[in-house]
Parts: sequence; C-alpha cells; structure tokens
Amino acid sequence: MELVLPGIGLMFWMTLSFLILLFILGKFGWKPIMGMLNKREKSITDALQEAEKTREEMRLLKIDNELLLKQAKEERDAIVSEARKVSQKMYDSAKEKANFEAEHIIESAKEAIHYEKMKAIADIKNTIADLSVDIAEKVILQELKDKQAHSTYVNKLLDDIKLN
Amino acid sequence: MHLNICKIKTYKKLCLLTLWSVFLFFIPNIQASENPSTEKKFDAGSTIIGHVVDAYEWHIMTINDKHISIYLPVILYHDGKIHLFSSSKFHHGHESYAGFAICQEKGANKGKIIKVDEEGNMDKDAFFIDLSITKNVLSLFISILLLTLIILSAARSYKKNGHGAPKGIARIIEPILLFIKDGAIVPSIGPKHEKYTPFLLTLFFFILFNNLFGLIPFFPGGANLTGNISVTLILALFTFIVTTLSGNKHYWKDIFNTPGIPWWLKVPIPLMPIVELIGVFTKPIILMIRLFANITAGHIIALGFICLIFILGETNLSAGYGVSIASVIFYVFMGFIELLVAFIQAYVFTLLSAIYIGMAVKEHEEEHELKEIH
Repeated sequence: MELVLPGIGLMFWMTLSFLILLFILGKFGWKPIMGMLNKREKSITDALQEAEKTREEMRLLKIDNELLLKQAKEERDAIVSEARKVSQKMYDSAKEKANFEAEHIIESAKEAIHYEKMKAIADIKNTIADLSVDIAEKVILQELKDKQAHSTYVNKLLDDIKLN
Repeated sequence: MHLNICKIKTYKKLCLLTLWSVFLFFIPNIQASENPSTEKKFDAGSTIIGHVVDAYEWHIMTINDKHISIYLPVILYHDGKIHLFSSSKFHHGHESYAGFAICQEKGANKGKIIKVDEEGNMDKDAFFIDLSITKNVLSLFISILLLTLIILSAARSYKKNGHGAPKGIARIIEPILLFIKDGAIVPSIGPKHEKYTPFLLTLFFFILFNNLFGLIPFFPGGANLTGNISVTLILALFTFIVTTLSGNKHYWKDIFNTPGIPWWLKVPIPLMPIVELIGVFTKPIILMIRLFANITAGHIIALGFICLIFILGETNLSAGYGVSIASVIFYVFMGFIELLVAFIQAYVFTLLSAIYIGMAVKEHEEEHELKEIH
C-alpha cells in the first residue's frame, strides 16, 4: 500500500526541483542548443542553396561561353571569307588591267609595224620608180645605138633586176 | 558506429558493475544469515518493497548486522514549528524522537513518519507536513545537478563550437535530442512546437536520466525515483497543467460539445461531455501510472531474482549458492530489459505528453484538412 501513496514531501521537492530544472535548462540549456541547431540547419540549407545557385550560374556561364565561342567562330569565318573575296576581286581586277595593258601595247606595236611597213613600201615604190626611170632612160639611150645590143642589154638589165 | 561501440562498452560496464554490486551488497547478508544469533526469517516481500519505496536514510550496506547508512535530514512542520533533525535519531526506526517515529506497522503509513505519544502509540489526528530530505529527494537533487551539468556543458560546447559538428557530450545529447524533437514533438504538436519543446525535452531527459540512474544499484544511484508515484504524479501534473493552460477554444468545444455525436448523448444528460471531461483527467493519470508501474515492476522483478538466492539459501546454503548463478544471469537479463524500458518509457511519456499538448493547440482548419485527406 505504501507503494502507491504519494508523499507530500517528495511531491514538494519534486515540484520545486523540476521547476528549477525547467528554468535552468530552458534558459541556459535548450535555448542555446536549439538556437545553434536551427542555425546549423539554416547554414546547411543555405550552403545547399548556394551550391545549387552556383551550379546554375556555372551552367549559364558555360552556355554563355559556348555561345560566345560560336559567335567568335562565325565572325572569324565571315572575316576570312570576306578577305578571300576581297583578294579575289583585287586579283581579278589586276589581271584585267594587265590584259588591257598588254592588248594596248600589242595594238600600238602593230600600228607601228604597219606604219613602218607602209613607209618601206613607199620607199620601195619610189626606188622602183627611180630605177624604172633609169632603166627606161638607159634603154631609150641604147635603142638609139643598136637594136641588137639593145635587146641584149634589156635582157642583161632584166637579169640584173632578178639579181636584185 | 562509434556511438554503438560506446553504448556496448557502457552496457558491459553497467553489467559488470551490476554483478559486482550484487555480490558487494549481499555477501554481508549471507554472513549475517549464517549467524545463529539473528534468527529473523528472511522476508522477501518486505525486502523488495523496502528497496523500492522511499526512506529517511540511505542504506548502503550491512556488515555483520551493522548498518552503514547515510542519515538524511528530517524536516517536519508541526504546530507552526519546524523540526529539523537527523534521521539517525530514529535508530533505523526503532526509537522515537521529539514525538515522532517511523511507522513499523503494516498499512498505509508503513515507513512514514508518524506522531506518537509518550507510550509510543500513534496519534492519528495529528497534522504535520513532512518535508524531509528523503532518499528519493537526495537522489532527485543529485540527478538534477548532474543532468544540469551535462546539458549545460553540452550547451557550452555548442556555444564554443558555433554551428559546426557537435563535440564532446553534445555528440551523445544531440542524436537523442533530435530523435525526440523530430520524432515526437514536431509531428505531434505541429507548427507551435517551439513553445513546448523546452518543457518536453526537460521531461524526457529527466525521466531518462533518472530511469538510468535508478538502474545503478549503489549510491548515488539506486533510488527508485521515476518508479515513485509522487514523482510521476508531479510529472503528469506538469503535463496536465501545460495541456490545460494551452487548450484553445476548439479543444474545449471538443470536450463540452463534441462534434459528430448525436444530440441525445449531450442533452438532457450530458453523457459525452462527462466522458470527455473524465478523459481529460485520465490521460495524465495513465501517464503517472504507466511510468510508475513500469519502472517499479522492473525493480521488483530484478530484486525478486536476488531474493530467490536468500529464500533458498535459508533452507540450504549450497542451494542458495547454486541458484545465485541463475539468479545473476536473470538479473543481468533483466538489467538489459530495464535499460530498454528506461528509454521506451521516457520516450512514451514525452510522446504522449506531446500528443496531449498537440490536441490542445491544434487548429480547427487542420483537423478539417486531415478529415478531407482521410
């Protein structure tokens, strides 16, 4: 029976002690412990979030980099093809100019040759005329001397001309 | 892993200590029972109850009929006067002092201080308040001091350590604390748990610490504190007060006007309100009885195994020695179970307290949501 009868003394001391324990642990025990646990929980959550954020940033940065690289490549290709085009143009125009120049030179050379040729022909004509006049003079002179001699002489002159 | 090894080591130590203390305690008694001058028959029942209930002196051991005890102060308030004297004045209950004595007769008052007259007869009408520092009170003070030191040193390590990994004693406290907080308090109470967490944590660690302290069979442990009805009554009373004070409108409406119950159960005879109101009081009473009964039962069974040695030893000395082997094995086995019970009961008390508080603070909308889910 004494087992199940509460004692007033123990109840009094128990109430007092438990209240003191509650106060001390509540104020100096659980409060800092729970505060620190919450803080740790928060710091872990923050760190995880930070990591997630950084990962996302890295991903975006990578995409950016790739985009930039692609753009740079495109730009380079454009520049190179442009340069190629320009050089081709320059080459073409230079070639055209050279052709034109060469044709011009050839043309003028031809003209000069033609002119010289005409000049030579005129000279020959004059010379032939002179020679013809000479021959005619000599023939006429010979004819007047001897008929035989005349024909021989004409033949001889003709031979001379052939030799010329 | 490390904690497991530590626990196993602690178990081993505890077992060794238990074994050693069993021999330490009772070998002198065996010698005493051999002594023909003490013809007293061994009374297992009173021995067991004597170990389980409170006492005015802390008996440590008996060597050749000589008791070695710590005499605790007796504090009595009688007739507007405070009597303060050592319990050694009672001479183990054989003598009276200043009109007070320890009741030796069987009954409700056995082992308690009573007022006696000159002839040593009990004065039943005398009114006095007994605030003595008994064995359980001293054990309470010691355990509270140790518990405070442990928790405060853990708190200090948290302060020093910042929000890094726990170190030292905090490494042992933290998993238990988080288990209670995340396993019992937060799911039971919900978003308002912050306010009640310090109370419930203190409750849990107090019960656990004293359960474990009670398993140590020698000074300063060994007092059956959490197996004492006064202590569990106060603990349950704290839960009752916290629950009742934090009860919201919905909680009281559920008690006095339970929804979903036919009207004829409420009017004209308020059957359901009465049942619900009784429930308010039975909840803490069940808490009180459960802890008290579990811890005391464990102690009684463990002591029963030890008493078996002396019951058999009285009839035949060698039978006593023979059965002691089995008894010690059973005692150790019981020790393991009690270790388990120490944790389970502390957890159950805290969990149920949390559930009761949770019922008192739960919002109406939450219940509706729950019903919709189900």
